[in-house]
Amino acid sequence: MTAATVGAPAGGVLHGVGVGRRAVVGPVAQVRPAPVVPGDAVLTVDGEPATVAQTHAAVERAFTEVVDGLRAQAAAARGTVADVLAATAQMAADNALRSQTLARVDAGEPPVAALDGVVQMFATMFEQAGGYLAERVTDLRSVRDRVVARVLGLPDPGVPHLDHPSVVVARDLAPADTAALDLDKVLAIVTELGGPTGHTAIIAGQLGLPCVVRVAGVTDLEDGVEVAVDAAAGTVTPHPDAGLRAAYERRHAAEELLGADADPGATADGHAVALLANIGTAADAERVAASGAGAEGVGLFRTEVLFLERTQAPTVEEQTAAYAAALRAMGGRKVVVRTLDAGADKPLAFAAQHDEENPALGVRGYRLVRSAPELLRTQLEALGRAQEATGTTPWVMAPMIATADEAREFAAAARAAGVATVGVMVEVPAVALRARDVLAEVDFVSLGTNDLAQYTMATDRLRGELADLLDAWQPAVLDLVATTAAAGAEAGKPVGVCGESASDPLMALVLVGMGVTSLSMAAGALPAVRFALRRHTREQCVAMAAAARGARSAADGRAAVLALAEAEVRDTLAL
Amino acid sequence: MAERTVAVASRVGLHARPAMLFTQAVAACGVPVTIAKQGGPPVDASSILFVMSLGVPHGEEVVLTAHGEHADRVLDELVALLSTDLDAPEAGADAAAAGASS
Repeated sequence: MTAATVGAPAGGVLHGVGVGRRAVVGPVAQVRPAPVVPGDAVLTVDGEPATVAQTHAAVERAFTEVVDGLRAQAAAARGTVADVLAATAQMAADNALRSQTLARVDAGEPPVAALDGVVQMFATMFEQAGGYLAERVTDLRSVRDRVVARVLGLPDPGVPHLDHPSVVVARDLAPADTAALDLDKVLAIVTELGGPTGHTAIIAGQLGLPCVVRVAGVTDLEDGVEVAVDAAAGTVTPHPDAGLRAAYERRHAAEELLGADADPGATADGHAVALLANIGTAADAERVAASGAGAEGVGLFRTEVLFLERTQAPTVEEQTAAYAAALRAMGGRKVVVRTLDAGADKPLAFAAQHDEENPALGVRGYRLVRSAPELLRTQLEALGRAQEATGTTPWVMAPMIATADEAREFAAAARAAGVATVGVMVEVPAVALRARDVLAEVDFVSLGTNDLAQYTMATDRLRGELADLLDAWQPAVLDLVATTAAAGAEAGKPVGVCGESASDPLMALVLVGMGVTSLSMAAGALPAVRFALRRHTREQCVAMAAAARGARSAADGRAAVLALAEAEVRDTLAL
Repeated sequence: MAERTVAVASRVGLHARPAMLFTQAVAACGVPVTIAKQGGPPVDASSILFVMSLGVPHGEEVVLTAHGEHADRVLDELVALLSTDLDAPEAGADAAAAGASS
C-alpha cells in the first residue's frame, strides 16, 4: 500500500490508528454529526423570516417529535440500548428545558441560540456536579442536536438505521451511539476522533469488529461508498480495487487457517504461555467457550459490567448467580475475576465521587474500600458462594493497588471469604517498582498495560490526541513491565498481562521474552497471538524484549522488534 | 405559600430513578412546585434536569414550596414520597400508582 498524506481527498488512502487485526470491505454509513449552524440562524417560512409565534410553534413541535421519536426507538429496542434511549427521551421531555427555551424564543431570541443557552446552563450544572451527571452531558447534547435538526428541517443526527452490513463512520461515537447500533449490521467502525484505548475501540475489540480511530477526512466520504478497512494497518481505502480485495481474501483464508489451531499457547521450542480471554459477563464466557478460539481460560473478568448503569449495587445473590454462570461456562478452566473497577471513566450512581478534580487519581478501583467497604465485602462473599455452588475455584484480583499493604489487606479479605488464589493488578507504577514486596503478599499479579501506560506517561487514556504518549511500546512502560516480570520469576509466581498490549502479536513476543507467563485478550485476538508464539523460540523472544527496551522511543523499539520477527509471521499478520 | 423541609430517604440520593419518580409526581400534581437545597436558590421541581443537577445526596434536607389552594395537600404527598426509599424495587409501582391517581 502506498503512503498517503493524512486527510487525503476522496480516492486516496486514509490513515489512522487501527484496533484489532481484521480487514473488511463494505459501504459507508455515516453517523450524522451535530448540525453546524450559527446560533443566530433565523427560521424562514416560505422564504420570509418566521414570526416569533411561528418560531415558538416550530420549536415546540420539534421537541414533541424528538420525544416521540426517541420513545418509539426505545420501545423497539432491547436491553442497554432501550435504557439509553429511554433516558434520552426523558431528558428531551423535560419541562424546564422546553419552557425555558420557549421563553427565550418568545423574547425574540433566534431558536438555536435559545436552545443552546438553556442546554449550556444545564450542561454546566451537570459538569460541576461531576461523576455520573457529567457523563449525562453527552445525552443532553444529543437531545439538543436532534431538536435543532428538527427545527431547521435537517436530517436527524445520530446513528443511522442500517439496512445492510455497513462500515459505520463517525466523527466520534458516544456510548449512547454505540449502544444504539444494530451490531449484526456493523462490519467495522471508523472514527475521526477517539483513541485506541477509548470506549469505542474497546467495544469494537470485544465484538471482534475491525476498528480504525483518528482517521482524518473519513467523515467527508459519501454514504454508500465502498471502503476497505484494515485494522492491522490502520487504513481506510475508498473504492478498493480488485487487487486489494484479493489481498483481503488471502488474509481471511490465513485467519481461518490460524483459527484452526486451538492448542495451548507455547513458543516454537515448547515454552508454555497461557492464552486467556477477557470477558465482561457470563454471556461472554459462554461465547468464548463456544467459539473454538482455544482460550485456556479467562484472564480478566471485568465485573463492573454488573454494576454500571444501575442505581444500586447488585445483591449478593445476583452476583453469585452471575459469577457461578461464568465459572460453569468455562467448565473448570482458570477464571480470574477482577473486583469492581469503578470510578474515573466508569462512575457508579451509588458510589459517585462528586468532588474529584482528578478522578483517574482519585477514589477508584480497590480504593473504593475506603468509602464503600460493603461493595468489596459483598463481591468477595458472592465469589465464595459461587465457588461453593460450582465446585470451581476462581482466582480473584483487585484493581488499582498502589502499595504492598493494600495487597496484604485485599488478600486477607479474599481468603477470609474462602477464595484461595489471590492477586492484584499492576497498573500503578509504584507497584511495578515494588513488585517484589507486593508479590510477597499475593499469589500472582496481572499487568493492566493501558492504565500502567496512562500513569507512567501521565497521559489521560481518554485523550485521543495524546495516543502516541500512551503507546505501550514506550520504553519507560516496558521497563516497568520487565521489573514486574523479573520479580515474578524470582518469587516463582505467575505474572500475566491483561491489557490491550497482550493482543498485539509483536508485543506479545516481547512480553513473553520478559518473562510474562500468561496473556489475556479479546478472544478474537487469540489466533494471531498463538500463531506468532508458535513461530518464535523463547530465545528469540528474549532478544526481542532486549531490542524493545534498548530503543530510545516507542517507534524505534517496535521497528527493532519487527526486524527480528520471522518473515512468515510479518506477512501473514500484515505486521 | 406552603413550604416543607424533608430529608431525602433514597439511598442513591435524588438521582436517576428516584429523581424520575419524584419529578413525575410533581408534574402530575398540577401545581407549580419548587425545590431547593438548604440556603440554595429554588428550581422547578417538575424538571428532572434541574432536580438531578441539585445533586442531593442521601439524607440531605431539601425545601419544597408550592402556591395555590391545594399546595398543602400536594406538599404533604411529595414529602411522603421523598421520605421513602424510591430506589427500592417496589417503590416504583407505588409511586407510579400514586402519580396516576392524583
